[in-house]
Amino acid sequence: MPKKRLKRSFKQTKWFKVLTAGLWQDHPTFCMVLGICSMLAITNRIDNAVAMGIGVTFCTAFSSLFVSLFRNAIPGRVRMLAYMVIISTFVICLDRFLKAYFPPISEAMGPYVGLIITNCILMGRAEAFAIKNSPWLSFLDGVGCGLGYSFMLVLMAIVREPLGFGTLLGYKIMPSAWINWVVMTIAPGAFFLLGVYMWIFRTIAKKTET
Amino acid sequence: MGPINPNPASPLVLLIASIFTHNIALVYILGMCPFIVISRNFKTAVGMGISVIFVVTLTAIINWPIYWCILVPAKAEIISFLVFIVVIAATVQLLEMLIEKFFPPLQASFGIFLPLITVNCIVLAVCLFMVLRNYNFIQTVFYSFGTSVGWALAIIIMAAIKEKLLLTGDVPSGLRGAGITMIIAGLLAFAFMGFAGIITLQ
Repeated sequence: MPKKRLKRSFKQTKWFKVLTAGLWQDHPTFCMVLGICSMLAITNRIDNAVAMGIGVTFCTAFSSLFVSLFRNAIPGRVRMLAYMVIISTFVICLDRFLKAYFPPISEAMGPYVGLIITNCILMGRAEAFAIKNSPWLSFLDGVGCGLGYSFMLVLMAIVREPLGFGTLLGYKIMPSAWINWVVMTIAPGAFFLLGVYMWIFRTIAKKTET
Repeated sequence: MGPINPNPASPLVLLIASIFTHNIALVYILGMCPFIVISRNFKTAVGMGISVIFVVTLTAIINWPIYWCILVPAKAEIISFLVFIVVIAATVQLLEMLIEKFFPPLQASFGIFLPLITVNCIVLAVCLFMVLRNYNFIQTVFYSFGTSVGWALAIIIMAAIKEKLLLTGDVPSGLRGAGITMIIAGLLAFAFMGFAGIITLQ
């Protein structure tokens, strides 16, 4: 039985718990209802959703890391401003990177790359976790939340793209008689889909509001 | 000073379009976090709406000259995100202090919303759209005012519907809170699509 005990102790380490909390227990979208804006606007195509997910994961991880590194140097009164400066530095890096290497994706996302700055997830993790914890744990927390968010983005896009455009990653998958549901590509479809997802998730997780 | 290829849209058309046909909350899906969280109560929604109108218009008016008169001549557009967000945070902080000092009665009704506005996406979004679409100064003023009025309109309608729903509705327990808000927002977005014919904006 030594193998089994090893596995359990691995699952009980603190860093593993921190990493997985963002994926299920404290999922940023369902439990805390954060970062909805870019989620709804960007998920009508899977490639955009994946790019956005990777971008947000990168920004959350590194901004959490740096907030945590400077947590003893940031004065309490101006901490919001300090978070903003740290976060926007990484978002500028991301924006330049996308513009240089993936121009079509940068074009498609438009101002939504810049709007990662005001994505509440980044600010929320900085304020709720990174300011109180060590750099390594904050980094993992950022990665976990970013991955949980990306997972949700892909889950939305995987329904919206086939129904709205009849394609999956650009390949036609629907039969030729399929009529595109244009409503899925624009705002109302996104709202309905997220509402339904929230209903399913909260019923399964038994996290209901009164 | 100003954009090289100015946008041809007339300011009045921009104002109407940004309130109805291009509503920032229901068409561009921005400013959702406060839209969901603060729309539980009609009075708070009105307070938040008015604060947003004020802050968005003010920051757009401050950021336009900063971008076109300082950052563009200095070829420093790369740091525009950083400058915009710092200006927004500083303006909000300053407003908070001024209100606390000179208008204490207002503090009770609007003061609590001001810190929240810094992380409201629409404040930054208006600044980014203003640069992206090459608006001149007058267009920026009308566009930012119209956008924030549109957002305030959306959140006030939402709060009113939710208050009514609380009295009469029988919502499944899993759908309560954020879930039903998304469904209502979807229906509202459909309703706002009905305005699409009144104005065309390229």
